Amino acid sequence: MNIIKYTLVILSLFALASCKKDTKTVEPTPEPAPTTGNLKINFANKVGTANLSYNTTYTIQSGDSISITKFKYYISNIVLTKSDNSTYTVPNSYDIIDPAVKTAINLTNVPIANYKSVQFIIGVDSARNKSGAQDGDLAPNKDMFWSWNTGYIFLKLEGTSPQSSASNKSVIYHIGGFSGLNKGIRTVTINFGSSTANVNSSGTPAINLNTDVLEIFKNPSPISISSLNFQMSVNASSKMIADNYADMITFGSITN
Amino acid sequence: MVRCKVDPKINPILPSDDLKEIIPPNWPQPKYTFSTNTITEDKFILGRALFYDPILSKDNTISCGSCHQQFVAFANADHALSHGINDLLGKRNAPGLFNLVWHSSFMHDGGINHIENQPIAPITNTVEMGDDINPILEKLNASSKYKNLFNKAFGSEVADTKKLQLAMVQFMGLMYSYNSKYDRFKRQENNTSFNDSETRGYSLFLQKCAVCHTEPLMSSFEFRNNGLPVDPFLKDKGRGELNTAEPGDDYLFKIPSLRNVALTGPYMHDGRFTTLEQCINHYTAAFTNTINLAPELPRQGMTLSAQDKADLVSFLNTLTDYRFISDKRFADPNFK
Ligand code: HEC
Ligand code: HEC
Repeated sequence: MNIIKYTLVILSLFALASCKKDTKTVEPTPEPAPTTGNLKINFANKVGTANLSYNTTYTIQSGDSISITKFKYYISNIVLTKSDNSTYTVPNSYDIIDPAVKTAINLTNVPIANYKSVQFIIGVDSARNKSGAQDGDLAPNKDMFWSWNTGYIFLKLEGTSPQSSASNKSVIYHIGGFSGLNKGIRTVTINFGSSTANVNSSGTPAINLNTDVLEIFKNPSPISISSLNFQMSVNASSKMIADNYADMITFGSITN
Repeated sequence: MVRCKVDPKINPILPSDDLKEIIPPNWPQPKYTFSTNTITEDKFILGRALFYDPILSKDNTISCGSCHQQFVAFANADHALSHGINDLLGKRNAPGLFNLVWHSSFMHDGGINHIENQPIAPITNTVEMGDDINPILEKLNASSKYKNLFNKAFGSEVADTKKLQLAMVQFMGLMYSYNSKYDRFKRQENNTSFNDSETRGYSLFLQKCAVCHTEPLMSSFEFRNNGLPVDPFLKDKGRGELNTAEPGDDYLFKIPSLRNVALTGPYMHDGRFTTLEQCINHYTAAFTNTINLAPELPRQGMTLSAQDKADLVSFLNTLTDYRFISDKRFADPNFK
């Protein structure tokens, strides 16, 4: 045993020595230039123009008021478009945005380029709803999973409202549905206008987006809390809410 | 004392029964293969420990094994409706557990679309997965027994949902039942033969029942309304209860496998029948709940003589797999 060890040590000494000799005249090879960098996507959760804060009374379009206690949603399948129109698909991209926990998605290993737009879905694609055990933000203990009727909840909005017909005045919207006519998955594309997010080897540029809770009650189908205070299944009403939240996320700014 | 707690390792996997995927001759390909959940003895042992441990319930009173008992092919003996950790379970009868990797969905309404998601539902208290699983993970993470078992199975002692799901599927998924008299007869093993009544029963079964209770699994695992009158208190609409339900889904229930059926009573989704005779009599009376009634069933009921019925029961009795219910690998490791 020991003999083998020593022989190895001696052999490697030889190897080192011979290396030195060979490289003497050669330029030291430069570190390969990095080809990827970081990028951050920030979600500022708002009610109209105000920053969302829990347990504060806001007025929705119908005139009903709501005080929010929970608001969270899945952002998945991020695809970034470069200024030359080629795209980069972020692998394994599933994040829960929750003002109480996480409002930024930090991307690493993004190819260095100038990006002019981003696309993602609100929700979780149907494949991941059907593939069994998941981890990360898709783990079933994140309060966003229907365990008795498999499927992710794509968006949760909870709170209270004097206009709610529930005896405890609650408002509960849990929206999901990964297939069928009433599915809740919505694709969002956001162009950065004249700016680009310039991913480079050193800094972390940021795409700053705004999510407006009021949109959930607005277009294309105005919803009042007096008419809908509870939604926990996949049907025409949940589709209506999903159609409304399809445009709740809008462009804010780019910080390079 | 009869009961004695032992380390799960004291009841090791029998060396003769190594753990592996099985597709019995002439069976279809399973829906679930263990391709992303490589079978190991350590994962199986962890899954088995979890299955039999009340640590998975909030108040530490009830385990999967309380409602799914091996001596009745993992159904719940003498319980029409299961009570326990979950109110939801309260309106349904616990089915037997075997050959699960051939099921395309789980529960009487098929609400769960993947075997790996199955273990999550009984642990959670509401229709929805709330935070209720996190206190259970905390209990597991605080237990030196489970730190050890998780470490052996997954190379990390931290318990999380995915490891729990994968380990439990190793245990449940490997519960193969394919050694009944019927199987030995079909395989022509040891000159196994059917007596006259069993032979007549088998041929009636093929004519009247096998469209739905399809061989060799004894179910197509599709959904049908087999015409049971609606229970006025439970008002269970089966697939009509799912959050994606459409009117055509009302009263559709998963066709159960009839393997081990002599053991798995009480019968039907709500355990309304206690004997096989009652089940068969249901099919011979005119069907009263005709909303979405299965097209395979004649509305006025099937015609079966008393002898036919007795023969069908004889045949159904050949579907019991005694080897399965006494297989030590699936037994509670806490009992010697
Ligand atoms: C309180 C009793 C009870 C407990 C505890 C329980 N189950 Fe069940 N199990 C049931 C009932 C009842 C059903 C049928 C539910 C339904 O259809 O809605 C069921 C269904 C199942 C099924 C689906 C079988 C099929 O044919 O679709 C599997 C698998 C299962 N249980 C595994 C487990 C596991 C694993 C655990 C422990 C984590 C567990 N059960 C704990 C009562 C129970
Ligand atoms: C149209 C399809 C269909 C046909 C044909 C059919 N069944 Fe069924 N069977 C079902 C369904 C669906 C259930 C479950 C109903 C429920 O849980 O509410 C069931 C349940 C049963 C059960 C109860 C099993 C259990 O574990 O609870 C027995 C026993 C049974 N059938 C026997 C038979 C026999 C015997 C025949 C032929 C005489 C037959 N069935 C024909 C669809 C069918």
